[in-house]
This record gives sequence, C-alpha cells and structure tokens, in this order.
Amino acid sequence: MRYTPHTQADRERMLRTIGLGSIDELFQHIPKALRERAKIDLPPGLTELAVRQRMARLAAQNATAAEWSIFLGGGIYHHFIPSAVDAIISRSEFSTSYTPYQPEVSQGTLQALFEFQTLFCQLTGMEVANAGVYDGASAAAEAVLMSRRIQPATKRRVLVSRALHPQYREVITTYLKNLKDLQIEEIPFGASGATDIGALTRYLDDRSMCVVAGYPNFFGVIEDLTAIKSACAGVGAQLISVTTEPLALGILKPPGEFGVDIAVGEGQSLGVPMCLGGPAFGFFACQKKFVRNIPGRLVGQTVDSEGRRGFVLTLATREQHIRREKATSNICTSQTLCTLAATVFMSLLGKSGLRRLGEVNVARAHDAGARLAGRADIERPFSAPYFNEFVLRAKNLDEIFARCAALKIVPGIKLGQWYPELHDCFLICVTEMNEGEEIERLVRTIAGQ
Amino acid sequence: MEFPEGLKYSKEHEWVLVEGNTATIGITEYAQEELGDIVYVELPEIAEKIVKDDPFGAVESVKAVSDVYAPVSGTVLEINDVLPENPETINDDPYGDGWMIRVELTDKDDLKDLMDAEEYAEYVAQQKEEDDDDEEEDDESEEDEEEKEKG
Amino acid sequence: MSEPSQDNKKSRVAAPRLLFESGSYGRSAFVWPSESKKVEDEIPAAFLRSDIPGFPELGELEVLRHFTRLSQRNFAIESEFYPLGSCTMKYNPKVNEVVARLPGFAQIHPMASPQLLQGALALLDDLAQMLAEISGMESVSLQPSAGAQGELTGLMLIRAYLNERGGPREKIIVPDTAHGTNPASSTLCGYDVMQISSNARGVIDAATIEKVMDETVAAVMITNPNTLGLFETQIEAIASIVHAKGGLVYLDGANLNALMGVAKPGHMGVDVLHMNLHKTFSTPHGGGGPGAGPVAVKDTLRDYLPVPRIVKHGDKFELHDDFAKSIGRVRSFFGNFGILVRAYAYILSLGGDGLEEASRMALLNANYIRKQLEKSYQIAYDEPCMHECIFTDRVQHKYGVTTLDIAKRLLDYGYHPPTIYFPLVVSGALMIEPTETETPETLDGFIEAMLEIAREAKEDPELVKNAPYSTPVRRLDEARAARKPVLRWEPGSNGNS
Repeated sequence: MRYTPHTQADRERMLRTIGLGSIDELFQHIPKALRERAKIDLPPGLTELAVRQRMARLAAQNATAAEWSIFLGGGIYHHFIPSAVDAIISRSEFSTSYTPYQPEVSQGTLQALFEFQTLFCQLTGMEVANAGVYDGASAAAEAVLMSRRIQPATKRRVLVSRALHPQYREVITTYLKNLKDLQIEEIPFGASGATDIGALTRYLDDRSMCVVAGYPNFFGVIEDLTAIKSACAGVGAQLISVTTEPLALGILKPPGEFGVDIAVGEGQSLGVPMCLGGPAFGFFACQKKFVRNIPGRLVGQTVDSEGRRGFVLTLATREQHIRREKATSNICTSQTLCTLAATVFMSLLGKSGLRRLGEVNVARAHDAGARLAGRADIERPFSAPYFNEFVLRAKNLDEIFARCAALKIVPGIKLGQWYPELHDCFLICVTEMNEGEEIERLVRTIAGQ
Repeated sequence: MEFPEGLKYSKEHEWVLVEGNTATIGITEYAQEELGDIVYVELPEIAEKIVKDDPFGAVESVKAVSDVYAPVSGTVLEINDVLPENPETINDDPYGDGWMIRVELTDKDDLKDLMDAEEYAEYVAQQKEEDDDDEEEDDESEEDEEEKEKG
Repeated sequence: MSEPSQDNKKSRVAAPRLLFESGSYGRSAFVWPSESKKVEDEIPAAFLRSDIPGFPELGELEVLRHFTRLSQRNFAIESEFYPLGSCTMKYNPKVNEVVARLPGFAQIHPMASPQLLQGALALLDDLAQMLAEISGMESVSLQPSAGAQGELTGLMLIRAYLNERGGPREKIIVPDTAHGTNPASSTLCGYDVMQISSNARGVIDAATIEKVMDETVAAVMITNPNTLGLFETQIEAIASIVHAKGGLVYLDGANLNALMGVAKPGHMGVDVLHMNLHKTFSTPHGGGGPGAGPVAVKDTLRDYLPVPRIVKHGDKFELHDDFAKSIGRVRSFFGNFGILVRAYAYILSLGGDGLEEASRMALLNANYIRKQLEKSYQIAYDEPCMHECIFTDRVQHKYGVTTLDIAKRLLDYGYHPPTIYFPLVVSGALMIEPTETETPETLDGFIEAMLEIAREAKEDPELVKNAPYSTPVRRLDEARAARKPVLRWEPGSNGNS
C-alpha cells in the first residue's frame, strides 16, 4: 500500500512479537457498532502518475500569472521569486522537521527564525518581532487583542480605518465579537484616499484602546502616520499599523519611526508564491516593553554547556502549551517554512536589492498611473501618494473588464463589492512582473483601442 | 532545608515576616526548589490591595508559571525592585534578598491561619513523603512481579 | 565521572555566523536594471526612508552556503525516525510537493474572478467532501490555518448556535489531558474553562461529565483517541449527557491517524471537529508550519460556517458570502490553499483503502514498540493503546535519570526524542508515535536504543544525565534565554553574549 512498507512477513512477525493473531485484535476494544460503520467510501488510491495527471488537469483550469496579464494586488502580490528560495525551502531538513522543541537538533530552523525576527525588526523599525503568525489578517486581530491585554479596562473602543483591507476588517470583527467588552468603530476615509484625520480626532477619546490603519492602506495610499500617531497619543490610544505589501517598507519610512506601538502585516510579497492567498505568513512586531504580551513563538539567543552560541524557543510561558487558558494566544503550528522563504528572499535581495525592487515597482505603477489617468474617461480619484497600487475611476467598468478578459488581461479589482460609493472604481496593482509592453497593452485595452 | 524561626508559613509555600503592622512576604526554599531556575517575577503595584488566598503575582521558570497567593490581606507598601532584573535572587536567597512585597496588614487575625516554622517543616516533610511513597509503591509492585516471574 | 562517547569530537564545529555578521557593503544577489525615474520624483521625500540599517548584503553563493549549512544542523523526518507523540511525523510525499508547485496552483491570485479559478474551486469542493466522508460529518470549512485556528472556529460556531437559542452560555469543559490549545482557544472565544479529571484508566467517565453538565456549559472538548493514545470509550454516553442539556460536543481531531476505517467521529455524537492536515494528511511540518486545520460539522451547525463558501451551479463553481448566520471570516482569502492541494493529492494517492491501511499499520507499529519497551520502562496506563504509547521515567528516576535526560541521550543514538512532559497528567511522560510509514527494522533500531539507554541509566547514570554529546550544540541555557531575552541581532554585538 502507498507509503506503508510492511510486507505480509513483516506483519506476521510483528503480531507474533505483540502476541496477537491478527491486526483486527488491536481494535477489539473499540465499540463494535462504530467499527462496523467506519468504512471510508472513497475511490481506491491512484498511482503517482495518475495523481500527477489528475492534478495537472485541475491546474490547467486556472488562470495563471504566466499566461494572463494580471494587475491584481489587494493583499496578495505578484512578485519575482529568485530560484534559490525554492531550492532552500525544498531541502527536507527544513521542510520535514517539526517545531524546534529539541533545540540541540533544530539549530537550523532556530537560527533562521532568529534571523527572520531581526530582519523584520530592521524592516519595520520596531524593537521586537515574533517568529510569524498565520497571515496579515489574523495578525491584525491578534494585535488588537494584545492591545487589550496592555491597555487599562477603561479603554475598550477599537477604531478601525475603513481604508484598511476589507477582509482584515472582517477577521478583526470575527475575532473580537466573542469578547464582550470590545467595541469596534469604523473611521471613514477622506477625499485623498487616506484615513480622515478630522473624523479620527472626533472619534478618539479617553476610552479609545487602539487605532488600526493600513500602511499603505487598501487603496495603495501611503497613510500619514505622523498625524494619526499624534491624534492617538493625545488620548493614550495605541497605534497599530497593518502592511499588506511589505515591499513598500524597503522604500517608505518604517512604522517604528512614527512611534507605532504594534506593526503587523502580510509577508507573502517577500519570496512566497501567491498560491490563491495561502500559505504565506503574518508578521508581528512591537516595542520591547510589550514583549511578554506578544502572541506566537519567539526565538532567543543563548549559550550551550560549552559556551557555544545557540538559539532556543523562549518566553514560552506566554504560550498555550504552558499557560493554557491564560495564554497570550492559542497559536501552536504557525507558518515557519514560509518565514524561511522570506528570510532567504531578503538575504538574496539584501539592502540594495530590496531598494531596487521597490524603485521598480514605484516607477512602473506611477508610469501606468500617469498614462491611464491621462485618458478621457478615466481618472485617479485619490490624490494621496501611493506605492504600487492605486484606484481608477472609469465609465463602463463591466465593458472594460470584458474587453480585457478577452485578451487575457485582468486589469484590477472592482471596489463596489466593499465600497458602494466606489462602484465605478477599481484597484490596480503594477509590479516589476508587469513588463512595459504589457502595461502598454493594458492602457490601450482600457482606453478601448 | 531551612525553616527560619520567626517567620510564618502558608500552605501555598509563602513565608511572612511580621514587624508591627507590616508584613514582608516571599516564597519558601521548598517552593523555589520545586520551580527550578526562576526567570521572571510578576509583582503587584504599590498601593494595590491584596486579598488573603487570592493570587497577587506569579513566578515563572522556563517551563512553568506559578501563581503566588496572598497569605494575608493588605495594601502594598513596597515591592522588591531587585527582582525584575535579577529574578534568580529568589533561588539564591528566598528568605532574605529574595523577598517579594511588603504590605500593611488589614487584619492581624489573618496570621492565625498560618503555620510556624516547626509546623511548616512537618508539612513539607509530608509533601516529600507523598512523592517518595508513590515511588516506593512502584518498587514494591515491581518486586512482586519479579517474584511472580521467578515462581 | 564517565567518559563521553567518541562522537564528542563532532561537536567541535564552530557555530555558523548570522546573516548580518557576513557579507560586505553593496553586495546583493539581485540584479535588475534601474528605472529612469527616481522614487523621489513620485513620492514626497518626507515619506521615504534613507536606509535599512543592518540589512544583509550578501552574494548568492554566500546565501546558499549559509542556509545549506543551517539545514545540516536540523533533524528531519528524512534524516531518521521522528516519533513525536500526537504530531504524526509520517512521510511527506514528494509528489505532493511537485503538484503544489504547478503554476496552475502556485501562480493564481485569489482576487481573480471565480471563472478563472474553476480548477482551484473544484479541488476545494472535492477535498471538503472527502474530509466529510473520512470523519463521518456533513459539511466542511477549509479556511482555518492550523488546528488551533480550527478549534477557535469550531467554538465560534458553537457560540453562534447557542446565541441564537437563548445565549452563548459561559463554560467549556476541558479534560486534564487536553492539548494546551483547547483551553487557550476557549478563552479566545470568550468562555471560561472548567477542567475535569480523567479516571484512573486514563479516560473520561460519563459520570464526571454528568456531575458538572448544566445549562451554563456550552460544550465539552474531547480528543479521541486522547493524548494518552487511549480511545475515549465513554464518548457516546458523554455526548448524550451534553446534548440532553442543550450543549454541544467538540472533537479535537489531532489523533485522527488512529481512526481511519476504525471509527468515525460523526458516529460518536460529535457536532464539530477539526482535523490537522499537517498530521494525518502528510503535509510537511516545515519546522513549525504551515499547516491547515479544516473544521467539519453536522448540519446543525452548517448555517454558521465561515464565508466565502463554494457553491456548485450546474457544472460551474461559484463563490457566495450571503449567508446571514455565518460567523464571518476567520482568515484572509481561502486558507492555506497550497497545503490543501498537498492533502488532496495525498488522499487521491491513498484512496479509501489506503487511508484505512494507514491507521491499521499505525496501530501495529505503536503496539510493537509498546510491547518491547514495557520490560524496561513503566507504561503510564496499562490499557490498549492505539497509534501512540506513553511511558514514564519512574523506573529510571531511581537512578536520578529523568525523561529529559533520556530524550537528550536518544539524540546521541541519532533518533529524535518522543514528545516529553505532555500530557501533564503523566509525570515525566514519554509519548511515542511511530506512524505507519516506518519499517519494522527502523522500529527495532529505536527499541534497541531505548533499551540500551535504560541499561545506561542503571549502570552509568551520569552518562545519560550529561547527554547529548554528539549534536551540533549541547544542552542550552534556557533560563538565561528567558531572563535576559535576546530576540534579535544588534550591530556591535559579537558572536557570544
């Protein structure tokens, strides 16, 4: 049978050692009524070749970024992944090992995680980063829960920018509604596409626990974190920044520089394939003074009995396997192999490479932006600066999308499903994977030529 | 194992030093031994009120967290500010430098429920015996099995 | 003081440097032509950063060597036997890796319209049905990223269900043998945890549940087989008691590898459960994820399942989120799709009969080990064990040797230790789960090592207590790591701290 190597002779020998006559005797203690109904009604197993063929047929029914021109962002991004990334994460020493509970034989994973934590501290400008969580959305929810652990009980109002990714807002809501004392309020965005600071200031009071804002936000807009932080500081509310496109942090001022309390986001852009949105990972960084409240794994540096540097999981008393119902979170298995991919990616690109990649994204997106907004029926409704995503307003959105589809182009994400007032708008993302000629075709097709 | 005279002891392995209306509280040598290397201590704030038999803080080792229970009720006057940076002080000197908090007693009657050094020493001996008993039982039953096999 | 083994010489290899301790100014493995326009032309300077201090600057070969060297300091399933109890370290098939990397699965964007994702949606729909069949349940959500998130999702479904019927109630009953995620998830879901004790035979008595079950209890969380590797024989009676007072039964499906073709949770009175695809369904552990924790429910809870949901219309798959009673989203997009693809390929590869065979062989392997170690180690519970067996260190304790010491000494024999000190009800627990993909010869080697260590504990305890000797590092100072946490590299720090 597939993957079970036991021959008939093996089984007989083993049964003799155990002192049983048949394998069925191992199940005698299971209630007969259950055993009788337990048959799994699925077709018999396929050969490896048949599995590959079947999967290939399914895969062929999906539109890939290789065959289609996609200009999709919205939390998952089409970026270049150097070949070396997959070569390393495919090594079975990394992929088939477990959570590093025996550190003496897990120094590979542990050191890579320590490096990952360091890289995210550097990227976000924060003092401490954990070893990753499931995704950006749950990272945002966990950040709010962390704020709740830190802030006094009089502060339980959570202010979330409406310009934050809609799915992230949904996940925050799902997580928070089980806890009776939290109140979520949505802060509108203004004409520039950024969070409305005036409205934010009006909403903020001494009962405000935290403010959650994208950086960049869902519209690709670079938020004014100075102004938001200032408003928060005035009433002792914490600021949580959420970055779905971390490549932007290679170019933009990092959240730490604005005094952000907790910086989270999605790491997929950094060396992880799109894969229909998962698996990737959420990153989670904060100020050192809050470290005992942070969820997820932490790797720390130490020495062994002979004075050698080594790494271990640490501050584990925060976690579920020790603290149980009082744990900072319930997270156990996380997204480690994906964080390794990101660590390799950031190592390959390095300081100058990350910067270069960011520059290319900015250039291509702004080139497309300028060319499209220059057309008669198309405009950019938001004036705020952006990184590699922006919003366009156009007449006859459905026609445009149909024209594009016929040429295997997906021009963006229609916004009407989340923002009724933007029913005639779509979100377009341009990265280094969109060649000049491709952008040219996009512009022509949208313009109807 | 030390059981200093002049201290009072609780069933949860805390000690109390009474001076007038002030009580200094810490955990005993037995407690720190059971915990192992202490890595972090959670202490209350000054002016906080602690309630007899309720937890007022926690002591963490690498693999466990133990609540520390108030042996008496009172208001916190002082906390030992050596402990945040050097939690291992509790391991090194549990009855001296490893003190945790100093409180103003609410009700001196609370002290009546505590044990003196002799009583506590007996209590600890009992706890240890219970652990040894379990091991002995196993040894005995093992010996029985061996006898059976031989016979 | 006894002599350490000859293997000690291996441990003199110098510790590898960190990424930040190598390289040179201006190095990068990334080559890409610059654009004509500068960033400052498009984005105001006030928004821009000048530098990323400390970020690596390495060439490509440097990077490859660095991570290759790190990988060599890791133990993995493909290195040697990895009998971690409750983790199900079975073989991670390579064909799953190949198919997951097909561009049609890896290079697809979740915000593309459903018409462009019909293959992906078909796969998800089919996988959900397969998992429902395997577990004996009725509907499945593939969204949760891991078991713990599955638990939280399941508890939220229970909460929503009860909320509609008078109120969410206050407590969840959790056995003392439960995995730590069970009480942690309960708290996250806004519930208090009531812990109950297992009986002397290691399982839960229905009578214990009866004593505490009332209308303030939302649910009981039960693992079956439990974390002691024992089948919860009274689960159906327990379910009746809970249901009679309007509560629900949650099953932690982490140990599903023991049940396939043996007993279906759906027939045990279970209302909702999660499965761990990175355990039972062979997706790689990755050093700590990614995994997937799909949730399966009976139709009573179907209305509350997360959105979006896949709905088949004729021969087309659509995405719908207009389900008013849904608890909403628990994560972004569709979940860990790449992991779901691997699990799907695994189920196709094994088929119904292959999955049943997997559980049978898992039990055979575990019992084979148990029988032979029983002579030297104390078994925690003298009950029929399923896919894992638990021993204690009581025998070895007489010589001052603990479970930790035994685990560390196993490393010198080239094996990964079993799960240790879990569950908490067993003092010095050593939980061994071989899985079905191991040959009897591998098990024999492991058994021999364990018996040898038992002999060493008796005759030369110091040898065991100071192990390991032959690993890349020896025992690490965890107290120091917790007291003075160093969680990142800083410029100016040297190799030792």
